[in-house]
Amino acid sequence: MTPFAYVRPTSVAEAVAAVGSSGTARFIAGGTNLVDLMRYDVETPQTLVDITRLPLKTIEDAENGGVVIGALVSNADLAYDERIQRDYPLLSSAILAGASGQLRNAASTGGNLLQRTRCYYFYDVATPCNKREPGSGCPAIGGVNRIHAILGASEHCIATHPSDMCVALAALEAVVHVTGPEGERRIPFAEFHRLPGDRPQDDNTLKHGEMVTAVALPAPRFGAHHTYLKLRDRLSYAFALVSVAAGLDMADGRITDARIALGGVAHKPWRDEAAEALLKGQAPSPAIFAAAADHILRDAKGQGDNNFKIDLARRAIQRALEQAAAGTPQVQAEKRVN
Amino acid sequence: MSNTEAFVGRPQSRVDGPLKVSGTATYVAEFGAEDLLHAVVVSGAIAKGRITSIDTAAALKVPGVIEIFTHENRPRTAWFDYKYRDEVAPPGSPLRPLYDASISYSGQPVALVVAETLQVAQYAASLVEVSYEAEPAVVDVAEVLGEAYVPKQKRSGISPPPKPRGDADGAFLAAPIRLEHEYRVAVEHHNPMEMHATTVVWEGDGKLTVHDKIQGAQNSHGYITSVFGLSADDVRVHSPYIGGAFGSGLRPQYQLFLAVMASLQLERSVKLVLTRDQMFTFSYRPDAIQRVALAADKTGRLQAVRHEAVMGTSRHEDYQEVVVNWSGLLYSCDNVRLDYKLAQIDTHTPADMRAPGATLGVYALESAMDELAYAAGIDPIELRLINFADKDENENKPFSSKELRACYAQGADRIGWSRRNPVPRSMHEGRELVGLGMATGCWEAQMQKTSARAVLTANGHLEVSSATADIGTGTYTIMTQIAADALGLPLESVTAVIGDSSLPTAPVEGGSWAAASTGTAVRAACHALRQTLLDAAAGIDGSPLAGATLDQVTFQNGRIAFIADPVMSVSIGEAMQATGKERIEAEETASPDMKAMATYSSYTHSAIFAEVRVDEELGIVRVTRIVNAVAAGKILNPKTARSQILGGVVMGIGMALHEESIPDKNLGRFMNHNFAEYHVPAHADVEDIDVIFVEEEDDMLNPLGIKGLGEIGIVGTAAAIANAIHHATGRRVRHLPITLDKLL
Repeated sequence: MTPFAYVRPTSVAEAVAAVGSSGTARFIAGGTNLVDLMRYDVETPQTLVDITRLPLKTIEDAENGGVVIGALVSNADLAYDERIQRDYPLLSSAILAGASGQLRNAASTGGNLLQRTRCYYFYDVATPCNKREPGSGCPAIGGVNRIHAILGASEHCIATHPSDMCVALAALEAVVHVTGPEGERRIPFAEFHRLPGDRPQDDNTLKHGEMVTAVALPAPRFGAHHTYLKLRDRLSYAFALVSVAAGLDMADGRITDARIALGGVAHKPWRDEAAEALLKGQAPSPAIFAAAADHILRDAKGQGDNNFKIDLARRAIQRALEQAAAGTPQVQAEKRVN
Repeated sequence: MSNTEAFVGRPQSRVDGPLKVSGTATYVAEFGAEDLLHAVVVSGAIAKGRITSIDTAAALKVPGVIEIFTHENRPRTAWFDYKYRDEVAPPGSPLRPLYDASISYSGQPVALVVAETLQVAQYAASLVEVSYEAEPAVVDVAEVLGEAYVPKQKRSGISPPPKPRGDADGAFLAAPIRLEHEYRVAVEHHNPMEMHATTVVWEGDGKLTVHDKIQGAQNSHGYITSVFGLSADDVRVHSPYIGGAFGSGLRPQYQLFLAVMASLQLERSVKLVLTRDQMFTFSYRPDAIQRVALAADKTGRLQAVRHEAVMGTSRHEDYQEVVVNWSGLLYSCDNVRLDYKLAQIDTHTPADMRAPGATLGVYALESAMDELAYAAGIDPIELRLINFADKDENENKPFSSKELRACYAQGADRIGWSRRNPVPRSMHEGRELVGLGMATGCWEAQMQKTSARAVLTANGHLEVSSATADIGTGTYTIMTQIAADALGLPLESVTAVIGDSSLPTAPVEGGSWAAASTGTAVRAACHALRQTLLDAAAGIDGSPLAGATLDQVTFQNGRIAFIADPVMSVSIGEAMQATGKERIEAEETASPDMKAMATYSSYTHSAIFAEVRVDEELGIVRVTRIVNAVAAGKILNPKTARSQILGGVVMGIGMALHEESIPDKNLGRFMNHNFAEYHVPAHADVEDIDVIFVEEEDDMLNPLGIKGLGEIGIVGTAAAIANAIHHATGRRVRHLPITLDKLL
């Protein structure tokens, strides 16, 4: 690990100033990903700005009927919060599908958004990687790519975003509150993470020095018809090969609105509003679910090892929509798919 | 002489358990020393080629860095290859860390940074700049099948395939039922919980105390003295506690060489702990490409068996396992041809990993037997009974014992085999397909020459010792049980001491032979004290044992008593006092009975049954139940024995469904070298495991009738699961692990 300075600001303004003033400074909260990356010499910040003492640990009611989740609320506290479990069970479920109890205790809401890809090559400094070292190449293309993207990849990078929580946040259309050297701004979730294009080093649209202070959720929806379905290489504690967050509004046996977000398939949680629109006004049926899945995956492209993900994603979307429509969401504590 | 068993055969908690759960059992990386230096290995980036330059200037400038060793400045060590060959080395040239500029596998150590603190060493290691000239490398055995060869020199202890019997090719073609398929298992790395580590304590004057993660302290001792030209008295190796090894600790690994080299050169104490990623840079279960051909008549009688394997090894050592011989052993067949070859690839040398050879070979055979059961329309258990081998047809010898029929019967009963509809895809529950599968397991029952010492002190305490190891298997506990019974003492009066090169000679702990070998030696050493104690007891004025001979007395409940009239007795304490000595001791060596070995074949057997549930659309497999019925002779400690089988089964689940070191063929490097991406079973993947120990008496091998349990739990487990998946889904996957994509 490269030596670094450590500062512990007492306000958001101080923290933002501390990072903003140095190109090599980084915020640290739970550290469940950043410390790993520092041990691997993937990240070599000169200064760590510890924000864990800042007052961003509450879940507040919002005027629009939603909630504002402080960036330092731990993943465990968020998942087990009564309001979240009652009003946003999809979010709670997605969080509990990820990591382990110990990690969820340490990991923060803001940090979860900023976790980096699990691409083997990104983690291994003995190999090239455009995300880690722009211009060095992408050995995952033509290499080992079982866990890589089937949607939205570029010739420079085929990495995926590893978060479960973010898939639910995408489906719930969360808004990310950030504070930076130039003040505060709010970023719709769909615009927070980005596709790799020719700048795979940028996972998201934050500018240097900008800090996530909160994640806001609109008024509760999909309480009756939702699910988070995660498919992986073992029954617990593995990153998603494919995951699906689904939320449906239903009336008189028909779908009045739908949200579908995919994890494990792209550089960001994947939404497709056109596919969601296909479901509107329809009665749930295998055929219409298959049509939505086909639409989402119409441009999917395998890289070799991960070709199976296209078929797997199709099946996962269908199953998730069945679960949501039936009001029988996946139960994360049960290590079986219902 | 009667031997009562107050403790042997009864469940006992681990005697070292309280130390382990309270954190007071000290592992290699936890030992300290005055002025201890910390070392970090720089691992190479290419699989084949040369180091063209190595720049340590920036790293050396970091305050606290003491030295950086590379091939350019390493101290001289032994010249000849044989000096580097440890007790269990395969034929070839062992890796010499930092020997020269050549690179023979990805992850090979290329530099060692030694610093005052671990953090400084780690940072400096990141600053070492290594440039390479890379050559194309091959890391997939499938690409070099054409270069396969029969190893010229056989590895000690590894039997080459027996000569062909009958006419396997002719009989195959003539038989009405035939099948031939290829089976593969992904490369697996051992990945014990504890990282490999060495702490060398510089004692001054060139003397070293070495704490090493090793399955036999004397193997490391021999290696160090040979490689560095030290006298035996200058080095003492300790390895009292080992956080798992599964075979990765049989051979001294490169961290031992590097830590000792640094300590001798710097005349300081040095600690070197490998990282989890570096655990993927030595020792692995090799990929073997296997072809199995079976033919049977319409009654299911085997007419021909062919089993060919090509196994990967490194460029510099001919590592070998017994992969195919099982196919001539497990079933009776007159026409058998077995072939075993190696092919060299650009990786490090593979190493024994829990049930080496059998894990691979029996998987292939037992999968093929399941396929034959379907082809012949015969129940899989019935097929195995039809072809039951009453003798070892490879060697034409009877078995010393073989209660395999009872394993089949008891296992089938416990899993509820009778409910199984043999038709694939015929059993459902909700969205899941249900499958039941089974397989046979087999492993050698072996014994190795081993010595042990027993020391009884005036306070009535007995210490038994041997240079063996406990890799989590329960060696401490069974030694304590055997010793307590041998002298009729309570468990609390006995201490077992192991993991020290200065103790009586023992081989590495492996091959499932430690219990039989060390156990027999411990018993003999304790028995050797009996005459001394009886003489002393009989000599006491008015002794009730006056004139007694050993065959007339029993050592029980802390007393020596007449068998005929137990009231006539003297306590061990009184007898010890009567010796007039502070301590009495005896050392004995137990050796395998060569005559029995020449006459009989000795194996442990098992029948493994698996129940799986497979989500039909999503391919997700759950192993909901395993029953493993094991016949392994005398079970010394049913509690720790069960744990051994549980561990083997869990590892078998991993082999069947999860474990896979994935090589990048362009870079020649295993890419998923951490625990997030290299999957072993999580708790959620392990449901009910039921272990049955079938009664089996075997008095041919050793006085206690021990056969050993370290390996048998994994053998056959993956085949049983794969067979159950076939039964559930109708899909036959012949390449492990069976990840969900293979079932879509």
